[in-house]
Amino acid sequence: MNSLILRTVVPLLVSIMLVFSIFVLLRGHSLPGGGFIGGLIAASSLALYMIASGSQAVRKALVLHPMSIGGLGLLFAVFSGVPSYFSDVPYLTGLWYEPEFFHISLIATPVLFDLGVYLVVVGSITAIALALEEWH
Amino acid sequence: MEPILAVVVGILFAITVFLFLSRSYVRIILGIFLLSNATHLLIFTMGGLTLEVPPLIPPGATVPTEAIANPLPQALILTAIVISFALFAFLLVLTYRAYQALHTVDVDEMRDAEPLVEEDGA
Amino acid sequence: MTLTDWTVVLPVALALGGTALCAVFWWRPVIQSAIGIVITLLMLVSAGVLVCTVATEGPQTMAMSGWPGPFGIVFAVDLLGAGLAFVTALVGLLILIYNFGDQSSDYRRVGYTPLLLAMLAGVSGAFLTGDIFNLYVWFEVLIIGSFGLLILGGKKAQLDGAIKYATLNLLATTFFLIATGLLYGLTGTLNMADLASKVAAVDNRALVNVVAALYLLAFGMKAAAFPLFFWLPASYHTPKPGVSAVFAGLLTKVGVYALYRVFTLIFPASDTIFADLLIWIAGATILAGGLGAIAQTDIRRLVAFTVVGGIGYMLVGLALQSPLALTGGLFYIFHSMLISTALFLAVGIAGRLGGSYDIAKLGGLYRARPAFAMMFLVVLFAVAGVPPFSGFWPKVVLVQASLAADAPWLAGVILVGGFLTLVAVARAFAAAFWDNGEEEPPRATHYGDRVGALMLPTLVIIGLSVLMGLAAEPVVQLAGQAAAGLSDPSAYIEAVLGGSE
Repeated sequence: MNSLILRTVVPLLVSIMLVFSIFVLLRGHSLPGGGFIGGLIAASSLALYMIASGSQAVRKALVLHPMSIGGLGLLFAVFSGVPSYFSDVPYLTGLWYEPEFFHISLIATPVLFDLGVYLVVVGSITAIALALEEWH
Repeated sequence: MEPILAVVVGILFAITVFLFLSRSYVRIILGIFLLSNATHLLIFTMGGLTLEVPPLIPPGATVPTEAIANPLPQALILTAIVISFALFAFLLVLTYRAYQALHTVDVDEMRDAEPLVEEDGA
Repeated sequence: MTLTDWTVVLPVALALGGTALCAVFWWRPVIQSAIGIVITLLMLVSAGVLVCTVATEGPQTMAMSGWPGPFGIVFAVDLLGAGLAFVTALVGLLILIYNFGDQSSDYRRVGYTPLLLAMLAGVSGAFLTGDIFNLYVWFEVLIIGSFGLLILGGKKAQLDGAIKYATLNLLATTFFLIATGLLYGLTGTLNMADLASKVAAVDNRALVNVVAALYLLAFGMKAAAFPLFFWLPASYHTPKPGVSAVFAGLLTKVGVYALYRVFTLIFPASDTIFADLLIWIAGATILAGGLGAIAQTDIRRLVAFTVVGGIGYMLVGLALQSPLALTGGLFYIFHSMLISTALFLAVGIAGRLGGSYDIAKLGGLYRARPAFAMMFLVVLFAVAGVPPFSGFWPKVVLVQASLAADAPWLAGVILVGGFLTLVAVARAFAAAFWDNGEEEPPRATHYGDRVGALMLPTLVIIGLSVLMGLAAEPVVQLAGQAAAGLSDPSAYIEAVLGGSE
């Protein structure tokens, strides 16, 4: 879409939305929020960017192929269950490690899992959006 | 409250059946989407409706201190919504793609996978 | 928690991890194929260990995240689930080898291996989970993978087949979800072992029957049982053989597995009104498959109908519910998973050599490729259940079980169905291999550079089929042990709920 106003505003909006999506992702550790909803916010910001500046700009900004991002996320999610093997508990058991930040332990398998979900959602939704945009 | 929701679920199912009877594939996928929404509402109703507080355990306690709402149906519905969202997106794209390739959304005319056998002399 | 205990989740975790790795290397089909082969090999090993453990020590469980059943999601594996997961990994590995050998570019495309691994994750998850809602989720995982595989290449017929396949499969899983929602409202639990006792205690038998009917409808649709099988011959022949083969080998069997699980553990068929209905469905499926196969002129649709017929034999085992019948049914499931795969692969090679799938146009392949023609004939005999191949013994067991259950007509249907299949495949062989066709010009009869990889999967399966046919005793014993676990699920229930009592 060729609109000067949109192209001026969108970079600002996209950066705010991306920061907000990470905030929602981390907030989901103990309050409403989480990887899925954060990923959707990030994906919609990328879709907005795509509407303003075209699909090539989004691909350039992402560096990695969207499916690779999704794959990385799935890999994180699968691997978040592996530490439980060394702690002798069943697969995917939540484990928290020291040190804590602001009384919340951020080095934890649920955080890794949530990050994985976030990346899967960002990757797959962006891939679909790009495919629909570029498809004639 | 449950009887009202049960009636709503019934109405949604009825609309779904009506849409399925159509020859246009677009209506059929709308029917599928409505059916999955009706199903989510059905799970919600079957889980029992209560006016209780969210199922959160206060700090220090190991069991809830008061009556809480049943969190499981919502977890099930959330899972089902995510799945049906993904599948519906897939179906929409597939339909569009099929329309481009086959030039029709009339299910009677979609015979590419199973061509009708021509009669002799036809 | 040793690595042996972890084999309960390893097949699924490996397949998901493999999907992820392939997605990371999204534009590198060669790396993806390598990852796929390594992952399926590891799955095969872990599922093999799992089978040995379950066979000697009884059902194994693992409570995800340490939430014990019936509250959390439990993976619970008995001999049936472990055996099916093993065959799933084997089929996945063989398909990837075939894919390596088949150089007709279309499905060396980007996306093939990750989608296949995602589907294998869904199939193994369905076989290993002990929670009915989790079973629904694995169903969805496998159908998402299968949708992607089905439209890979994007030909007109594929899109048309995919629309029918997608619509009916989505409808089936929605019925599954409705039934599960109702069941949760009735019993307040979703753990299959827990449901076994909770459902028996429900007073409202009418509603229990409604739920059971919905499960029968949903899984019957997935399994392509009569009268809900029309989507299968409408779609299975449209994609490339490397995709059709894995569909025929695995997907319908997941539906059959779910029927076996639900109608032995949760609603023992003898307790419900469905025992008689199941017998009719089984008989009608056998005949529909046989008659449908005879009527076809496209060799791929012909073999799709033989897959439908095979489902009927498995349902006979479930419908009769006696340990003997269950043994025969389970043996047939394992036989059919392997042979359906081999059949579609062999048809794929025949189509490559002959340049068509129409049996009237194929003629003369025997003269051009006698060795391949013999291999094809052997696969067809194995499908029809001619001794010494593996299809023979389960049919014998099923006939015996029908006679024991005082249903001689069912035994007759089994024999007639076998005869119809034999006629259909003999006709296909005669037309496609012996006829000289209509003096057509010589066709491109090249295998490509990698004949070994192209042929190996089919030869391995033929070898296994002969082995299972000649040394049937241990297989029957294993199937009998699995069947005993189904008729008397107390060990399974004990393994899942034992800790929480």
